[in-house]
Amino acid sequence: MTAFPCKPAILLALALCAGAAPAQAQSTVADGQKLAFDRGKGNCLTCHIIKGGDLPGTIGPELKDLKAKYPDRNELTAIIFDETKRNPQTMMPPFGRNRILTEQEISAIVDFLQTL
Amino acid sequence: MKTRSALLLGSLSAALVALALTAPRVVAADKVDPVADAKAFQNFFFQKFPDVKHEDFVNGPYSMNADLKRQWQEKEEFPPYEFALEAGKEMFATPFKNGKTYADCFPNGGIGVRQNYPYFDTKEGKVITLELALNRCREANGEAPYSYVKDEMASLTAYMAYTSRGKPMDIKIPDDPRALEAFENGKRYFYTRRGQMNFSCASCHVQSPGERIRAEILAPALGIMNAMPIYRSEWSGMGTTSRRFVTCNSQTRAVPLEPQADEYRDVEYFLSYVANGLPISGPGARP
Repeated sequence: MTAFPCKPAILLALALCAGAAPAQAQSTVADGQKLAFDRGKGNCLTCHIIKGGDLPGTIGPELKDLKAKYPDRNELTAIIFDETKRNPQTMMPPFGRNRILTEQEISAIVDFLQTL
Repeated sequence: MKTRSALLLGSLSAALVALALTAPRVVAADKVDPVADAKAFQNFFFQKFPDVKHEDFVNGPYSMNADLKRQWQEKEEFPPYEFALEAGKEMFATPFKNGKTYADCFPNGGIGVRQNYPYFDTKEGKVITLELALNRCREANGEAPYSYVKDEMASLTAYMAYTSRGKPMDIKIPDDPRALEAFENGKRYFYTRRGQMNFSCASCHVQSPGERIRAEILAPALGIMNAMPIYRSEWSGMGTTSRRFVTCNSQTRAVPLEPQADEYRDVEYFLSYVANGLPISGPGARP
Protein backbone atom coordinates (compact mmCIF):
# COMPACT_ATOMS: atom_id res chain seq x y z
CA MET A 1 0.00 0.00 0.00
CA THR A 2 2.83 2.38 0.79
CA ALA A 3 4.84 1.53 -2.32
CA PHE A 4 1.92 1.50 -4.71
CA PRO A 5 1.24 5.25 -5.13
CA CYS A 6 4.90 5.82 -5.89
CA LYS A 7 4.87 3.64 -8.97
CA PRO A 8 2.81 5.83 -11.23
CA ALA A 9 4.76 8.82 -10.01
CA ILE A 10 8.06 7.23 -11.00
CA LEU A 11 6.64 6.16 -14.33
CA LEU A 12 5.34 9.66 -14.90
CA ALA A 13 8.70 11.16 -13.99
CA LEU A 14 10.51 8.78 -16.33
CA ALA A 15 8.11 9.57 -19.12
CA LEU A 16 8.55 13.29 -18.58
CA CYS A 17 12.31 12.95 -18.52
CA ALA A 18 12.46 10.89 -21.70
CA GLY A 19 10.05 13.17 -23.52
CA ALA A 20 11.60 16.39 -22.35
CA ALA A 21 15.27 15.55 -22.92
CA PRO A 22 15.85 17.49 -26.22
CA ALA A 23 13.69 20.40 -25.08
CA GLN A 24 15.65 20.57 -21.83
CA ALA A 25 18.97 20.69 -23.67
CA GLN A 26 17.65 23.54 -25.75
CA SER A 27 16.41 25.39 -22.73
CA THR A 28 19.75 25.12 -20.93
CA VAL A 29 21.39 26.69 -23.98
CA ALA A 30 18.85 29.52 -23.84
CA ASP A 31 19.32 29.83 -20.08
CA GLY A 32 23.07 29.87 -20.61
CA GLN A 33 22.81 32.67 -23.15
CA LYS A 34 20.59 34.66 -20.83
CA LEU A 35 23.10 34.26 -17.99
CA ALA A 36 26.01 35.14 -20.28
CA PHE A 37 24.33 38.43 -21.23
CA ASP A 38 22.86 39.24 -17.79
CA ARG A 39 24.69 42.10 -16.04
CA GLY A 40 24.00 40.71 -12.61
CA LYS A 41 25.07 37.13 -13.34
CA GLY A 42 27.52 35.73 -15.88
CA ASN A 43 27.90 39.08 -17.63
CA CYS A 44 30.36 37.51 -20.12
CA LEU A 45 29.42 40.22 -22.65
CA THR A 46 31.01 42.91 -20.49
CA CYS A 47 34.45 41.63 -21.51
CA HIS A 48 33.93 39.28 -24.50
CA ILE A 49 32.51 39.59 -28.00
CA ILE A 50 29.69 37.03 -28.26
CA LYS A 51 27.53 36.42 -31.32
CA GLY A 52 24.08 37.87 -30.68
CA GLY A 53 25.22 40.29 -27.95
CA ASP A 54 25.18 44.08 -28.29
CA LEU A 55 27.95 46.41 -27.07
CA PRO A 56 30.48 43.79 -26.04
CA GLY A 57 33.60 44.69 -24.07
CA THR A 58 37.16 44.13 -25.27
CA ILE A 59 39.08 42.79 -22.28
CA GLY A 60 38.79 39.06 -23.01
CA PRO A 61 39.11 37.11 -26.27
CA GLU A 62 36.09 36.72 -28.56
CA LEU A 63 34.03 33.70 -27.56
CA LYS A 64 33.77 31.58 -30.71
CA ASP A 65 34.71 28.12 -31.97
CA LEU A 66 34.85 27.06 -28.35
CA LYS A 67 33.96 23.44 -29.05
CA ALA A 68 37.04 23.20 -31.27
CA LYS A 69 39.26 25.04 -28.78
CA TYR A 70 37.98 23.13 -25.75
CA PRO A 71 36.67 19.72 -26.82
CA ASP A 72 36.50 18.75 -23.15
CA ARG A 73 33.67 20.70 -21.50
CA ASN A 74 35.34 20.28 -18.12
CA GLU A 75 38.03 22.64 -19.28
CA LEU A 76 35.48 25.38 -20.02
CA THR A 77 33.80 24.70 -16.71
CA ALA A 78 37.14 25.05 -14.91
CA ILE A 79 37.87 28.39 -16.62
CA ILE A 80 34.52 29.81 -15.54
CA PHE A 81 34.78 28.32 -12.06
CA ASP A 82 38.19 29.87 -11.31
CA GLU A 83 40.53 30.95 -14.08
CA THR A 84 43.03 32.36 -11.57
CA LYS A 85 44.13 28.76 -10.96
CA ARG A 86 45.47 28.57 -14.50
CA ASN A 87 46.44 32.22 -14.86
CA PRO A 88 46.93 34.16 -11.61
CA GLN A 89 47.05 37.46 -13.55
CA THR A 90 43.67 37.02 -15.21
CA MET A 91 40.97 39.65 -14.79
CA MET A 92 38.28 37.01 -15.11
CA PRO A 93 36.29 36.74 -11.87
CA PRO A 94 36.22 33.30 -10.25
CA PHE A 95 32.50 32.77 -10.89
CA GLY A 96 32.30 29.40 -9.16
CA ARG A 97 34.74 29.91 -6.30
CA ASN A 98 33.19 33.27 -5.35
CA ARG A 99 29.65 31.94 -5.84
CA ILE A 100 28.62 34.44 -8.46
CA LEU A 101 27.18 31.44 -10.36
CA THR A 102 25.96 28.04 -9.20
CA GLU A 103 27.23 24.79 -10.73
CA GLN A 104 24.00 24.47 -12.74
CA GLU A 105 24.35 28.02 -14.02
CA ILE A 106 27.95 27.39 -15.08
CA SER A 107 26.84 24.19 -16.78
CA ALA A 108 24.13 26.07 -18.71
CA ILE A 109 26.67 28.68 -19.79
CA VAL A 110 29.03 25.93 -20.97
CA ASP A 111 26.13 24.44 -22.99
CA PHE A 112 25.61 27.84 -24.58
CA LEU A 113 29.33 28.46 -25.19
CA GLN A 114 29.63 25.13 -27.00
CA THR A 115 27.09 26.33 -29.57
CA LEU A 116 29.26 29.34 -30.50
CA MET B 1 79.59 14.91 -21.39
CA LYS B 2 79.93 18.10 -23.36
CA THR B 3 76.18 18.34 -24.02
CA ARG B 4 75.44 17.67 -20.38
CA SER B 5 77.65 20.51 -19.19
CA ALA B 6 76.19 22.77 -21.88
CA LEU B 7 72.73 21.90 -20.63
CA LEU B 8 73.79 22.56 -17.07
CA LEU B 9 75.30 25.89 -18.08
CA GLY B 10 72.14 26.71 -20.00
CA SER B 11 69.84 26.03 -17.12
CA LEU B 12 72.17 27.83 -14.74
CA SER B 13 72.11 30.96 -16.89
CA ALA B 14 68.32 30.65 -17.23
CA ALA B 15 68.11 30.55 -13.46
CA LEU B 16 70.37 33.57 -13.21
CA VAL B 17 68.22 35.51 -15.68
CA ALA B 18 65.12 34.53 -13.74
CA LEU B 19 66.81 35.68 -10.54
CA ALA B 20 67.88 38.94 -12.14
CA LEU B 21 64.32 39.53 -13.34
CA THR B 22 62.73 38.87 -9.99
CA ALA B 23 65.42 40.46 -7.84
CA PRO B 24 64.40 44.15 -8.27
CA ARG B 25 60.85 43.30 -7.23
CA VAL B 26 62.10 41.65 -4.09
CA VAL B 27 64.22 44.69 -3.29
CA ALA B 28 61.27 47.02 -3.96
CA ALA B 29 59.12 45.05 -1.55
CA ASP B 30 61.76 45.31 1.15
CA LYS B 31 62.38 49.00 0.81
CA VAL B 32 59.76 51.67 0.22
CA ASP B 33 61.03 53.84 -2.62
CA PRO B 34 58.30 56.26 -3.79
CA VAL B 35 60.60 58.01 -6.27
CA ALA B 36 61.37 54.76 -8.07
CA ASP B 37 57.72 53.68 -7.84
CA ALA B 38 56.45 56.91 -9.41
CA LYS B 39 59.00 56.65 -12.22
CA ALA B 40 58.10 53.02 -12.93
CA PHE B 41 54.37 53.79 -12.73
CA GLN B 42 54.58 56.67 -15.20
CA ASN B 43 56.90 54.80 -17.57
CA PHE B 44 54.52 51.86 -17.65
CA PHE B 45 51.76 54.09 -19.04
CA PHE B 46 54.04 56.12 -21.30
CA GLN B 47 55.33 52.91 -22.88
CA LYS B 48 51.92 51.23 -23.08
CA PHE B 49 50.46 54.30 -24.84
CA PRO B 50 53.36 55.86 -26.76
CA ASP B 51 50.99 58.07 -28.80
CA VAL B 52 49.30 59.70 -25.80
CA LYS B 53 50.88 63.00 -24.76
CA HIS B 54 52.00 62.77 -21.16
CA GLU B 55 49.84 65.65 -19.96
CA ASP B 56 46.83 64.07 -21.67
CA PHE B 57 46.59 61.15 -19.23
CA VAL B 58 44.75 63.45 -16.82
CA ASN B 59 41.79 63.34 -19.20
CA GLY B 60 41.03 59.73 -18.36
CA PRO B 61 39.15 57.72 -20.98
CA TYR B 62 39.33 60.62 -23.45
CA SER B 63 43.08 60.15 -23.72
CA MET B 64 42.46 56.57 -24.88
CA ASN B 65 39.94 57.08 -27.68
CA ALA B 66 39.87 59.71 -30.44
CA ASP B 67 36.10 59.59 -31.09
CA LEU B 68 35.25 59.94 -27.45
CA LYS B 69 37.74 62.79 -27.13
CA ARG B 70 36.07 64.72 -29.95
CA GLN B 71 32.65 64.33 -28.33
CA TRP B 72 34.07 65.50 -25.03
CA GLN B 73 35.77 68.55 -26.52
CA GLU B 74 32.44 69.60 -28.00
CA LYS B 75 30.77 69.07 -24.65
CA GLU B 76 33.43 71.16 -22.89
CA GLU B 77 31.96 74.28 -24.53
CA PHE B 78 29.04 73.93 -22.11
CA PRO B 79 30.58 71.74 -19.45
CA PRO B 80 28.19 69.74 -17.27
CA TYR B 81 30.13 70.68 -14.11
CA GLU B 82 29.54 74.39 -14.64
CA PHE B 83 26.66 74.58 -12.15
CA ALA B 84 28.80 73.01 -9.45
CA LEU B 85 31.68 75.31 -10.27
CA GLU B 86 29.53 78.44 -9.95
CA ALA B 87 28.00 77.18 -6.72
CA GLY B 88 31.44 76.34 -5.35
CA LYS B 89 32.79 79.77 -6.15
CA GLU B 90 29.92 81.42 -4.32
CA MET B 91 30.15 79.09 -1.31
CA PHE B 92 33.88 79.68 -1.11
CA ALA B 93 33.38 83.45 -0.89
CA THR B 94 30.48 83.32 1.58
CA PRO B 95 31.58 83.83 5.21
CA PHE B 96 30.68 81.34 7.96
CA LYS B 97 28.44 82.51 10.80
CA ASN B 98 31.56 83.60 12.69
CA GLY B 99 32.59 85.86 9.80
CA LYS B 100 35.57 83.75 8.68
CA THR B 101 35.80 82.06 5.28
CA TYR B 102 37.34 78.95 3.73
CA ALA B 103 40.19 81.15 2.53
CA ASP B 104 41.28 81.55 6.18
CA CYS B 105 41.90 77.79 6.46
CA PHE B 106 44.18 77.32 3.45
CA PRO B 107 47.58 78.47 2.24
CA ASN B 108 47.27 81.23 -0.38
CA GLY B 109 43.63 81.67 0.57
CA GLY B 110 42.83 78.29 -1.01
CA ILE B 111 43.44 79.56 -4.54
CA GLY B 112 45.70 77.48 -6.81
CA VAL B 113 46.63 74.95 -4.13
CA ARG B 114 44.78 71.80 -5.28
CA GLN B 115 48.04 70.27 -6.55
CA ASN B 116 49.40 70.07 -2.98
CA TYR B 117 46.62 67.74 -1.73
CA PRO B 118 46.69 65.27 -0.16
CA TYR B 119 49.61 66.07 2.09
CA PHE B 120 51.08 64.16 5.02
CA ASP B 121 50.60 65.90 8.34
CA THR B 122 53.68 65.10 10.43
CA LYS B 123 52.02 66.30 13.64
CA GLU B 124 49.03 64.02 13.24
CA GLY B 125 50.93 61.28 11.45
CA LYS B 126 48.22 60.95 8.80
CA VAL B 127 47.29 61.84 5.25
CA ILE B 128 45.09 64.95 4.91
CA THR B 129 43.02 65.14 1.75
CA LEU B 130 41.41 68.28 0.37
CA GLU B 131 37.94 66.98 1.24
CA LEU B 132 39.00 66.28 4.80
CA ALA B 133 40.65 69.69 5.13
CA LEU B 134 37.46 71.39 3.91
CA ASN B 135 35.27 69.66 6.48
CA ARG B 136 37.80 70.35 9.23
CA CYS B 137 37.72 73.99 8.23
CA ARG B 138 33.96 73.99 8.58
CA GLU B 139 34.02 72.26 11.96
CA ALA B 140 36.75 74.54 13.28
CA ASN B 141 34.46 77.45 12.45
CA GLY B 142 31.40 75.97 14.11
CA GLU B 143 29.73 74.68 10.93
CA ALA B 144 28.39 71.15 10.36
CA PRO B 145 30.52 68.99 8.02
CA TYR B 146 29.25 68.20 4.52
CA SER B 147 28.67 64.77 3.03
CA TYR B 148 31.95 63.67 1.45
CA VAL B 149 30.51 62.18 -1.71
CA LYS B 150 28.71 64.91 -3.69
CA ASP B 151 26.78 68.19 -3.68
CA GLU B 152 28.48 70.93 -1.61
CA MET B 153 31.75 69.00 -1.20
CA ALA B 154 31.92 68.40 -4.96
CA SER B 155 31.17 72.08 -5.63
CA LEU B 156 33.87 73.34 -3.25
CA THR B 157 36.53 70.96 -4.55
CA ALA B 158 35.48 71.74 -8.15
CA TYR B 159 36.15 75.43 -7.56
CA MET B 160 39.46 74.78 -5.81
CA ALA B 161 40.58 72.47 -8.63
CA TYR B 162 39.52 74.99 -11.24
CA THR B 163 41.71 77.70 -9.72
CA SER B 164 44.62 75.23 -9.92
CA ARG B 165 44.15 73.97 -13.46
CA GLY B 166 47.39 73.36 -15.30
CA LYS B 167 49.53 73.35 -12.17
CA PRO B 168 51.60 70.17 -11.94
CA MET B 169 50.60 67.76 -9.18
CA ASP B 170 53.13 68.30 -6.41
CA ILE B 171 52.71 65.78 -3.59
CA LYS B 172 55.47 65.58 -1.00
CA ILE B 173 56.50 62.62 1.10
CA PRO B 174 58.24 64.05 4.16
CA ASP B 175 61.16 62.31 5.80
CA ASP B 176 58.94 60.44 8.27
CA PRO B 177 58.58 56.66 8.42
CA ARG B 178 54.81 57.08 8.92
CA ALA B 179 54.54 58.95 5.60
CA LEU B 180 56.35 56.14 3.82
CA GLU B 181 54.09 53.68 5.56
CA ALA B 182 51.00 55.60 4.37
CA PHE B 183 52.33 55.57 0.80
CA GLU B 184 53.06 51.85 1.00
CA ASN B 185 49.67 51.15 2.55
CA GLY B 186 47.95 53.03 -0.28
CA LYS B 187 49.97 51.12 -2.84
CA ARG B 188 49.05 47.83 -1.20
CA TYR B 189 45.37 48.76 -1.19
CA PHE B 190 45.60 49.69 -4.87
CA TYR B 191 47.08 46.35 -5.94
CA THR B 192 45.12 44.02 -3.63
CA ARG B 193 42.27 42.02 -5.13
CA ARG B 194 39.01 42.14 -3.21
CA GLY B 195 35.28 41.58 -3.42
CA GLN B 196 33.19 38.95 -5.15
CA MET B 197 34.59 39.95 -8.56
CA ASN B 198 38.15 39.58 -7.26
CA PHE B 199 39.37 42.83 -8.84
CA SER B 200 42.02 45.18 -7.57
CA CYS B 201 41.99 48.85 -8.56
CA ALA B 202 44.92 47.90 -10.82
CA SER B 203 42.97 45.13 -12.61
CA CYS B 204 40.92 47.75 -14.44
CA HIS B 205 43.08 50.87 -14.31
CA VAL B 206 46.59 49.45 -14.86
CA GLN B 207 45.99 46.14 -16.64
CA SER B 208 43.11 47.28 -18.86
CA PRO B 209 42.94 51.05 -19.43
CA GLY B 210 41.63 51.85 -22.90
CA GLU B 211 39.74 48.55 -23.01
CA ARG B 212 35.97 48.59 -22.95
CA ILE B 213 33.62 47.03 -20.44
CA ARG B 214 30.41 46.97 -22.48
CA ALA B 215 30.32 50.53 -23.88
CA GLU B 216 32.48 52.17 -21.22
CA ILE B 217 36.19 52.87 -21.71
CA LEU B 218 38.36 52.19 -18.67
CA ALA B 219 40.47 55.14 -17.53
CA PRO B 220 44.22 54.89 -16.88
CA ALA B 221 45.20 55.08 -13.20
CA LEU B 222 47.87 57.62 -14.07
CA GLY B 223 46.43 61.10 -13.58
CA ILE B 224 43.05 59.82 -12.40
CA MET B 225 43.16 62.09 -9.30
CA ASN B 226 44.14 65.18 -11.30
CA ALA B 227 40.61 65.41 -12.75
CA MET B 228 38.69 65.20 -9.47
CA PRO B 229 35.95 66.02 -8.76
CA ILE B 230 34.03 64.83 -11.81
CA TYR B 231 30.62 65.13 -13.36
CA ARG B 232 29.60 61.63 -14.40
CA SER B 233 26.72 61.04 -16.76
CA GLU B 234 26.35 57.64 -15.11
CA TRP B 235 25.72 59.43 -11.78
CA SER B 236 23.72 62.25 -13.41
CA GLY B 237 25.73 64.54 -11.20
CA MET B 238 28.95 65.47 -9.54
CA GLY B 239 31.08 63.14 -7.44
CA THR B 240 34.17 63.56 -5.30
CA THR B 241 37.22 61.35 -4.93
CA SER B 242 35.41 59.71 -2.01
CA ARG B 243 32.47 58.89 -4.25
CA ARG B 244 34.78 57.43 -6.90
CA PHE B 245 36.42 55.06 -4.40
CA VAL B 246 33.14 54.00 -2.80
CA THR B 247 31.44 53.26 -6.13
CA CYS B 248 34.49 51.42 -7.49
CA ASN B 249 34.35 49.15 -4.48
CA SER B 250 30.63 48.50 -4.70
CA GLN B 251 30.66 47.99 -8.49
CA THR B 252 33.21 45.21 -8.07
CA ARG B 253 31.06 43.82 -5.24
CA ALA B 254 33.56 44.62 -2.52
CA VAL B 255 32.49 46.20 0.75
CA PRO B 256 33.10 49.94 0.45
CA LEU B 257 34.86 51.72 3.30
CA GLU B 258 33.60 54.88 4.95
CA PRO B 259 34.54 57.99 2.94
CA GLN B 260 37.89 59.29 4.20
CA ALA B 261 38.78 55.99 5.88
CA ASP B 262 42.55 55.67 6.39
CA GLU B 263 42.88 53.26 3.43
CA TYR B 264 41.12 55.65 1.06
CA ARG B 265 43.26 58.54 2.25
CA ASP B 266 46.38 56.43 1.73
CA VAL B 267 45.37 55.23 -1.73
CA GLU B 268 44.65 58.85 -2.72
CA TYR B 269 48.11 59.77 -1.42
CA PHE B 270 49.71 56.97 -3.46
CA LEU B 271 47.77 57.74 -6.67
CA SER B 272 48.39 61.47 -6.41
CA TYR B 273 52.09 61.06 -5.70
CA VAL B 274 52.68 58.80 -8.71
CA ALA B 275 50.96 61.48 -10.86
CA ASN B 276 53.40 64.19 -9.74
CA GLY B 277 54.28 66.50 -12.61
CA LEU B 278 51.03 65.96 -14.48
CA PRO B 279 48.68 68.97 -14.57
CA ILE B 280 45.52 69.43 -12.52
CA SER B 281 42.56 69.14 -14.92
CA GLY B 282 39.62 69.12 -12.52
CA PRO B 283 36.76 69.46 -12.42
CA GLY B 284 36.34 66.78 -15.06
CA ALA B 285 33.44 65.36 -17.05
CA ARG B 286 33.16 61.62 -17.59
CA PRO B 287 30.62 59.36 -19.33
